[in-house]
Amino acid sequence: MQKCQKCQNPATLHITEVLGESQFEELHLCEQCANKYLYEPQQKANLGKGGGDLGKEGEEGLLGQAECPECGVKFVEFRNTGRLGCPHDYQAFREELMPLLENIHGETKHCGKTPRRFPQTREHQSELTQLRNRLKQAVTKEDYEEAAKVRDLIKHLEEA
Amino acid sequence: MNLDSLTQNNGEWLRGNGPEADIVISSRIRLARNLSSYPFSNRGSAHQKAEIETSLRDRLTRLDFMPRLEYLMLPGLSSIDRQLLVERQLISRELANTEGPRGVAVCPQETVSIMINEEDHLRLQVMRSGFALDEAWQDIDRLDDQIEQRVNYAFSEEFGYLTACPTNVGTGMRSSVMLHLPALVLTKQIEKVFRALQKINLAVRGLYGEGSRASGDFYQISNQVTLGKSETTILTEIREVIPQIISYERQARSTLTRESRQALHDRVRRAYGTLKNAMMMTSEETMDLLSSVRLGVNLGLIEDVSIPTVNELFIHTQPAHLQKLMGAALDGEERNAARARYLSSRLRENGPHLN
Repeated sequence: MQKCQKCQNPATLHITEVLGESQFEELHLCEQCANKYLYEPQQKANLGKGGGDLGKEGEEGLLGQAECPECGVKFVEFRNTGRLGCPHDYQAFREELMPLLENIHGETKHCGKTPRRFPQTREHQSELTQLRNRLKQAVTKEDYEEAAKVRDLIKHLEEA
Repeated sequence: MNLDSLTQNNGEWLRGNGPEADIVISSRIRLARNLSSYPFSNRGSAHQKAEIETSLRDRLTRLDFMPRLEYLMLPGLSSIDRQLLVERQLISRELANTEGPRGVAVCPQETVSIMINEEDHLRLQVMRSGFALDEAWQDIDRLDDQIEQRVNYAFSEEFGYLTACPTNVGTGMRSSVMLHLPALVLTKQIEKVFRALQKINLAVRGLYGEGSRASGDFYQISNQVTLGKSETTILTEIREVIPQIISYERQARSTLTRESRQALHDRVRRAYGTLKNAMMMTSEETMDLLSSVRLGVNLGLIEDVSIPTVNELFIHTQPAHLQKLMGAALDGEERNAARARYLSSRLRENGPHLN
C-alpha cells in the first residue's frame, strides 16, 4: 500500500490539486495528515509547491531555524547580523559554519595558542554543560530544591 | 587618569622613533577574547554586561602587569573624551558609540589598552612605535597569559578562541603595521601594492581602521586570516612583506627626487606655506598637507621642523584633540578657524628659514 507523503502511515486519501490549466498535483495522505492539509491553508501552500522545491525549501527553512540550546539564537539571526550569540553556537551551528569558515579562512581547524589552563578548563566545560542540562530538567520538573543545588554547583565551578 | 593630560604628549604610536620610523609609524596587535559562561556582548542582557564589566574591571586592575593599567568607564565620559580616545587609537569607534556598561584599561604610556564589552568581551591591544611586531607580540602574549589565569576564556580545541564574529575565530589575532606611503601615492603605484597584498590575504585599511579613508597617506596592513595559522606564522607573513613595501616606497621617493625634484620641492613648500598661513583649515586638508610636509622633512627638503612635531600635529588637529587644546566645544566652522590658528602658531615657533 502507498505510504502517506507526510508520515509513515498508509495513504487513504488521494487528492488532486488543480493548480492551473492542465497542471495538476497529486497528493497521497493518511487521514490525519489530510485533515491537517485540508483545514490549514498555510500548510496547503507549502505542500502545493511539489517535490523538488519542497525538499529545498524545507531544508533551508530548517537550517535557518536551527537554534542554539544555550542562548536561543537562531542561525538565521546570525545570517542577518553577522554576530553569533554565545560560544556554544560554534557547536550548535557546526555544520552550517564549516563552509563559511572555509570560505573566510581557507581552513577550519585552529592552530596556534592554547590557554595554559585549558585541560582543566575543558573538564570543567563538559561538567558545566552536564550541570546546565540537569538544571534545565529540574526546572521543567519544577524540582526547585534540586535546581537550587545544581545552580550552586555551577556557580562554584565557574568561579573555580 | 586625567584625559586632558593626554594632549600634552604624543602617545606611543606617533612618537616618531623605533625601527624604520620614517615610513613605519606603528606596529599593533590585538587579541579578541570572550568569557566561556556568558553570551557574546550583542546578546547579553544589561544585567549580564554589568556583571562582566564589574568582574573583568576588578581582575584587570589587580593584574601584576607592568606598566600598571588604569581603568576608564565609558558611560561616565563626555563624547569629546570618548572621541579623544578613538583619535589616540586606544578604543574603537564601536566602543565609543554603543550603549551600556563598557570600559577600557590603559597604561599611561598608551602602549596597552584593553576594551571590555566591545564586540567581544575583551579586546587586548598592544602598540609599539615603528616596525616592532615581535616586541608587540611578546607583550600581548604575556598580558593574555596573565588575564587567562584569572578568567575562563571561551576556547575550543577545534576552533580556538571563540569570537562573536567568525572572521576573528581561531587566534583572535589581528596584527597590523601602519605605514606612511606618500611617494607610492604620488607615483600612482599604490593600487599595485594593494592588489599584491590582497593576493596573499592581507588587508589594507585607512588610518582609523575598517571603512576609514586613507587620509594623510597612512595605510594599515593587517592579516585577514585568523583560523588555521599560528600566531607565529601570521606574524612572519606580515613581517616578511613589510620590508618589500618599505623598499618600494624608498624607490618611489628616490625616483621623485631624481626625476621631479623641483615639482616635489614646490609641492612640499606649498603645503608648508599653506599650513602656516591659511585662516581656515579642514581636518582632511590638514592631513593631506601634513603628509607632504612629512615627506619633505624625511627627504631633507624642510629642515626647521622635526618628525615628532609633524606627527604631533597629525593628532592634535583631529576634532576632539583640537577642542581639548582650545578648552571649548567648537562647531565645524569654529574648528576650522581654530585648527588654522593652531597650525600657524606651532609651525611659526620653528622660525621662517627654509632649506
